[in-house]
Amino acid sequence: MVSTFASMADFLAPAQASFPEGVGSVTLAHYLFVSVAMFTMGLIGFLTRRNLIIMFLCTEMMFQAAGIALIAFSRFYLHHTGQSFVIFVLTVAAAEAALALALVVLLFRGRESLNADQWHSLKG
Amino acid sequence: MQTTTPQLAETIGALGLGAADTGAALEVATGPAWAMLIPMLPLLGAAIMGVCAIMGVRSKLPAWITVGLLGFSAVLAAAMYAWLPENGRAVSVAWEWINVSWGDEPGQTLKANFGFYIDSLTCLWMLFVTLLATLIALYASEYMSHDLGAGYCRFFAAFNLFVFSMACLVMGDNLLLLFLGWEGVGLCSYLLIGYHYKKHSAVFAAKKAFIVNRIGDLGLLLGVFLTFVHFGTLEYKDLFPMVQPYIEAMRQGAVGDIPAVVQLIPVLLMIGAFGKSAQLPLFVWLPDAMEGPTPVSALIHAATMVTAGVYLIARMYPLFLVSEWALPIVAWVGGLTALVAATIAMAQFDIKRIMAYSTVSQLGFMFCGLAFLSSVGGAFHVVTHAFFKATLFLCCGAVMHGFAGQLDLRKLSGVSFMKGWGIVGIAMFIGCLNLAGFPFTAGYFSKDMILAEAFITPGPGYQFLGVILLLTAGITAYYTFRVFFRVFVGPKQFEPGDELHGHDGHIDDHHEEHGSASRATEADEGHTPGDHEPMGGSVEERGKKTHEHPEHFHPHAPGWAINGVLATLAILSVLAAALYFFPGADKSHKGWAGGMISGSSAALVVGGEADHPTRLAAFVGAEPEQGTLFGQDPHKIMYYVSGVIGFVGIAIAFALHYAGRKESERSAANNLLQVKPIRTAHRWANAKWYVDELYDFALRKPLWAASQIFHLIDKLLIDGLVNLVGYLPRALGKGVRPSQSGVLHSYAAAMAGGLAVILLIVLLLSL
Repeated sequence: MVSTFASMADFLAPAQASFPEGVGSVTLAHYLFVSVAMFTMGLIGFLTRRNLIIMFLCTEMMFQAAGIALIAFSRFYLHHTGQSFVIFVLTVAAAEAALALALVVLLFRGRESLNADQWHSLKG
Repeated sequence: MQTTTPQLAETIGALGLGAADTGAALEVATGPAWAMLIPMLPLLGAAIMGVCAIMGVRSKLPAWITVGLLGFSAVLAAAMYAWLPENGRAVSVAWEWINVSWGDEPGQTLKANFGFYIDSLTCLWMLFVTLLATLIALYASEYMSHDLGAGYCRFFAAFNLFVFSMACLVMGDNLLLLFLGWEGVGLCSYLLIGYHYKKHSAVFAAKKAFIVNRIGDLGLLLGVFLTFVHFGTLEYKDLFPMVQPYIEAMRQGAVGDIPAVVQLIPVLLMIGAFGKSAQLPLFVWLPDAMEGPTPVSALIHAATMVTAGVYLIARMYPLFLVSEWALPIVAWVGGLTALVAATIAMAQFDIKRIMAYSTVSQLGFMFCGLAFLSSVGGAFHVVTHAFFKATLFLCCGAVMHGFAGQLDLRKLSGVSFMKGWGIVGIAMFIGCLNLAGFPFTAGYFSKDMILAEAFITPGPGYQFLGVILLLTAGITAYYTFRVFFRVFVGPKQFEPGDELHGHDGHIDDHHEEHGSASRATEADEGHTPGDHEPMGGSVEERGKKTHEHPEHFHPHAPGWAINGVLATLAILSVLAAALYFFPGADKSHKGWAGGMISGSSAALVVGGEADHPTRLAAFVGAEPEQGTLFGQDPHKIMYYVSGVIGFVGIAIAFALHYAGRKESERSAANNLLQVKPIRTAHRWANAKWYVDELYDFALRKPLWAASQIFHLIDKLLIDGLVNLVGYLPRALGKGVRPSQSGVLHSYAAAMAGGLAVILLIVLLLSL
């Protein structure tokens, strides 16, 4: 991939050129960096925190990071598939959030706590 | 055996076997359609019995239906005899049964009709089978009356089915139908031996009979297969003409021209005959079969089914004649069986078992008759034996019925003199005279025909066999009259058996009582002779005991059905002697029986003229002494010799068991069993020469050991493999289970780690 970037820069120049004036210096790499940063924070948060709601929010953050990457690429390639896909992803995420919060509420009722370590009944 | 070949060949040659005009003589006419009613009526009867059982008939109706149908069968059998065509053989086909073809060559069509071969041999057998079945069904109507209801129907259903099977066996026009009947009688025998199915000993006896018969049946089946493979047909009417060339070869002494396979067929067939007719290696089932009801013992295990082996050999006689080993083997097996069974009978105490061993012994005589080229003697002995042995068994059954299952001859005495037992006593006396071969009884003539042939037929050790048979005849006379003098005459004393069902009407408890009765009998049999020596004292005590409370038990004398049947059978046993003088259709010297045989496949001369076997001597020529006994015609000499031997046997029985009974009971000094060798011999004979134990040691134990080994192999190897297949995933699961910690974060970390690894790999690969 690294090898292709050099040649692709020329090929993709028109797409870069069509960015508005104020953000003209913002490249695909910036968007991707934001996406990676959000994903990594979400992942670290998911791995380190014990609160179920926080962990759930972390997963949402990873989700949105993926969405940003999709939109960035979509714009980069001047192809609308990525953007329309993100609309669906957002819809699904909303539904899934409702489900996940309901689950968290149920789990809380079970142990009177939001600590994920309280749950290990799947131990083999 | 090699030396026998020329002798036998000369013998057969001398008789003019395989006369030239066989083609015309072996033509087969079409039989009457009504002949097939003879087997079908009993089959109908069996079906009706089934309906009776379902409808819960609790009267004697099943018995009367059976007697009626079997009686009609007997009338038809007589009509069949009267109908017999001029050339003596006919086939009537009921329906086509099996007809399979896989090519046009001869031998590529298996054809077996449900058809009946009617010749004089068939008539001879069917006449006495249906007549005896009718009489014994009448007897059983009274004998089985304690089981009125389901058991009664079941008994008569199996009884009818037996007669049907026996008729198929005897009348079938092909070996396959014979085999069907053969298995059918075996099945009915099993069903009827195990009639008291709640009694363990009866169940074991039934299984034993069935299993031992399977061994013989294997031989028969192989023989049938070989017959088909070699001759390409199983139908007698096609088979017998095909054997003619071999008989011709035998007549000319060209034994080498006869293929080994043809010589093997009769050897295989005779294994079947030995199984069914309880001969030496396979005789152990018959005495145990006495667990069945007595009418069954009389009909199946004395008069009819056990003679099926004799019938088989008589029917396939042409094949036996062309084998150089078959008939000598039959002779030796028959002769040794006769002796061994007779010695065992001398030392038994159960009168039914004595009669059973006597049947085995007499069957040995019949086989000898066939083997001594006197198929007439064999067949005639079958007929006379059927009548007098049925009489004897039914008398024993009447005693057993009247004395609550008592069969021990030490515990019964003077039965004939008790009120109402006169007919039983007289019938028993006539039966005993016949069995003992008392001069001028039917048994005397039929036995003489066989004994005399032993001394004039050339064969391996036939003369020695003749001596053995003479000895056996003496032993027979002794043990027969031992029973008579012990049980039927003497002071009136008895001890009832344990089955009081008939008396107190405990129909429901019947089976349990039966069980205890058998245990008691077994315990008695287990006594050493020493236990029974001081018989006098104990018998007197027992007598006293019985007299103390006579109101508890009265032997109930037989009713009109039993008495009537016994009287009829006794008269028929006496009249059977007339068949010896009554000339047959062909005016042969051997009476009616000879005429019946000479027209059938069992005749020594097929399609020619019958010849008197004594002429054998002249033809054999080389050793003229062979043909005579004490320089006389053996048949004439045998009249005196066997008569004297019979007398001696009866006299010894009289001395030991009638005149000397009191003395031997009173003082041990007069008891022969005090003499050491006699006591030892008695113990061995009483234990049946330990044949059952020998089988147990030689067959059952090794089989059991082998089965243990196979059980181990199954347990360890086969089950081990199967269990291993199940164990592997379990072990695997046990190994990876710790990774399922149940901690959410560890799963997430694993996922993240896995993702990292995949990304790293992708990165490295794309570099």
